[in-house]
Amino acid sequence: MVNQKAPSTDARACLAALRKALPDDALLTEAEALRAYECDALSAYRALPLAVALPHDRAQVRAVLRIAREHAVPVVARGAGTGLSGGALPHPQGIVLSLARLDRILEIDPRNRTARVEPGVRNLAISEAARPYGLHYAPDPSSQIACTIGGNIAENAGGVHCLKHGLTVHNVLRIEAITLSGETLVAGGAGLDGPGYDLAALLTGSEGLLAVVVEATVRLLPLPESARVLLAAFATVEAAADAVAAIIAEGIVPAGLEMMDNPAIRAAEDFVHAGYPVEAAAILLCELDGAVAEVEAELARVRAVLERHGATEVRVARDEAERQRFWKGRKAAFPAVGRISPDYYCMDGTIPRREVGRVLARIAGLAREHGLRVVNVFHAGDGNLHPLILYDANAPGELERTEALGRRILELCVEVGGTVTGEHGVGVEKLDPMCRQFDEATLRQFHALREAFDPERLLNPGKAVPTLARCAEYNAMHVRAGRLPFPELERF
Amino acid sequence: MGADADHAEALAARVAEAAARGEALRIEGSGSKAFYGHPVKGVPLDATVHRGVVAYEPSELYVTARAGTPLADLEALLAAHGQRLGCEPPRFGGRGTVGGMVAAGLSGPRRPWGGAVRDLVLGVRCVNGRGETLRFGGQVIKNVAGFDAARLMAGSLGTLALLLEVTLRVGPAPAAMRTLVLACTADEALERLAAWGRLPLPLTGACHLEGRLHLRLEGNEAAVDAAAARLGGTALDDAEAFWTGMRDHTLPFFAADDPRPLWRLSVPPAAPQPALPGDWLLDWGGAQRWLRSEVPAGTVRAAAEALGGHATRFRGGGEASVFHPLPPAARALHRRIKAAFDPAGILNPGRLYGPEGP
Repeated sequence: MVNQKAPSTDARACLAALRKALPDDALLTEAEALRAYECDALSAYRALPLAVALPHDRAQVRAVLRIAREHAVPVVARGAGTGLSGGALPHPQGIVLSLARLDRILEIDPRNRTARVEPGVRNLAISEAARPYGLHYAPDPSSQIACTIGGNIAENAGGVHCLKHGLTVHNVLRIEAITLSGETLVAGGAGLDGPGYDLAALLTGSEGLLAVVVEATVRLLPLPESARVLLAAFATVEAAADAVAAIIAEGIVPAGLEMMDNPAIRAAEDFVHAGYPVEAAAILLCELDGAVAEVEAELARVRAVLERHGATEVRVARDEAERQRFWKGRKAAFPAVGRISPDYYCMDGTIPRREVGRVLARIAGLAREHGLRVVNVFHAGDGNLHPLILYDANAPGELERTEALGRRILELCVEVGGTVTGEHGVGVEKLDPMCRQFDEATLRQFHALREAFDPERLLNPGKAVPTLARCAEYNAMHVRAGRLPFPELERF
Repeated sequence: MGADADHAEALAARVAEAAARGEALRIEGSGSKAFYGHPVKGVPLDATVHRGVVAYEPSELYVTARAGTPLADLEALLAAHGQRLGCEPPRFGGRGTVGGMVAAGLSGPRRPWGGAVRDLVLGVRCVNGRGETLRFGGQVIKNVAGFDAARLMAGSLGTLALLLEVTLRVGPAPAAMRTLVLACTADEALERLAAWGRLPLPLTGACHLEGRLHLRLEGNEAAVDAAAARLGGTALDDAEAFWTGMRDHTLPFFAADDPRPLWRLSVPPAAPQPALPGDWLLDWGGAQRWLRSEVPAGTVRAAAEALGGHATRFRGGGEASVFHPLPPAARALHRRIKAAFDPAGILNPGRLYGPEGP
């Protein structure tokens, strides 16, 4: 928790300028009101900002950026605050720029299959607006009921269906963003590409460090004619992991392919009674979508693959109600885990799929060494792990041990050729593991690229890309720790 | 044909040396797309020597190849494992390298459904203009660590970095493919495509030329059968030849000896046909339109812009800028991005926007 300091002279002048530029209801400065913005969904990190700006329109967004720049005050853009890596954590001397009020769906264009929206529009609201035309917006992060498209772009959000239908970056055609200097940038185009460098790709996943998105045109896909789901039980996690590889090797790209380990199966079953086999070491949920005939044919092939690869049981949801029930357990897995532990910490690394069995075994070993339990629910199709570390924040030392274990898990992901974040972003949470994934020259290149957009480094400072000094310190620590008799013990 | 070889260190050293001397380099692959973009004044740097597939695991859905690897070699390897590149990149003159594919960022007829080159890029290893070897992205499909500089390389025409190694997402080749032909005008084709686009059809190609709409369906037998019954039209026998001609620009429409410039317009797929004289070929379900016309560049650009798109002078007609001019702020930003990667301005200077850069 970072305490709010008394505003500096600059800060006071900045607040005065903001008061002048914004209507009364668009600026919060009282501690009570600021409290609602002190963290995002990674609530272990909190800070009160200097102020929260809630502009109503693009001109007010531009005014906030201009004033912030004039007074050298940091700006942290925020959507719905559902991020899991602290990307929207306020800067204690900075302004939180909430885009929540820019929430209009400007146009649904069924002929071109696009939606033009403001950044504060909720992810699910786009699909709801498109549904009457037989269309939907494919990326579906678990927070889709609340999270906004602006935040999705900032984080390059994923979801259950991205193996087949792509991440945010594959589904955003055009972005209008405002830089700190107040210039409006258009990235991409109303067609399938834009002139010049692919700034739409660069802005997507840039965690609010390059520019503030004020409008997006996203691609809409036809709703599938049919969606069917299979549930397969396995006696070992390795067998389940092998079955995942075998499905892909068969030339099938499922719409979703999820795995849960035994503790996750039990927690979910106790909570929502989805009918899961509680004795199984792991279950796979495999969803296929497309034309009816296509899905039926693939269903038979997937079933055969699962049986050939040692599934102890394969069930196909007979109807929509059963399909929903199969998914219910998976979707309720996180809250279900919340019932069996006072607190849990959700990790987010991606590994090559072939490593799933080995990595889960090593995570279990690391958990034992740290005296903690880990539950695994994850996107098996794309190797995106979400180990949930169970802990009790009130037990002295447990949070620290949890964070230490989390770091070890992410380092393990890098070690096997993966990444420290698959879809949650780096934020403040994964700055240290970034030092393991990228070398100094690459990190320096990231900083240079950022300064091409924001030379004063006022947009979301201290997030996403660690400073070289921080990495030097972190890596030095790591090497020293590696020489100690108990390399698994964290020394900091 | 060269042999697989790792020249990463030598290439990085060469760039570092050029940076120290302030010597401009012209990066050369197979030369199949040498016509594309503005001419570069610089010392040639042969990137084809660094070649070979470094990692390929079909069940992981990725392949990592050195940039000089011939595209044909890579595609043959994938095909042997029942896989392919979704973006269907062109092989002008039957040539092209993996690095050239990414640098040019050109995608074939399957692009709206199979993804663009940039959509397939999972990671790159490259040398920036300081001679530093950098790694962006990785080998996994979901990866949000660091700025997505790997995808930024697609279409940057070598102005930001020299590509050493590229990791691409691959996908399964379909069990069945069928091409249907329907006689109709361009306007009728656009109208039909706008309606069909909202249906879950296994379309992977839709182009219109000379009064005929060509539709390609790919997927499993059942899906293709069902869709074909729904769409009507007549089956095209030499479908492979047709799509290869579209992809590699070997159809008569693209003939290099046509004196008229070849324009590429990128517009919303259902946008009405601009009233410009010349010959048209509609690809990507209407989102990419090729125009053979002597109309002044400004007129073509204004027409594309009016539809929310942009126009590229793809071949011929040497006067105008190749790519759609950027507004001043975006132009300045492009120069700063270029400088962030290549402060001395030695990598393919001016290939994108001419002497003023980048």
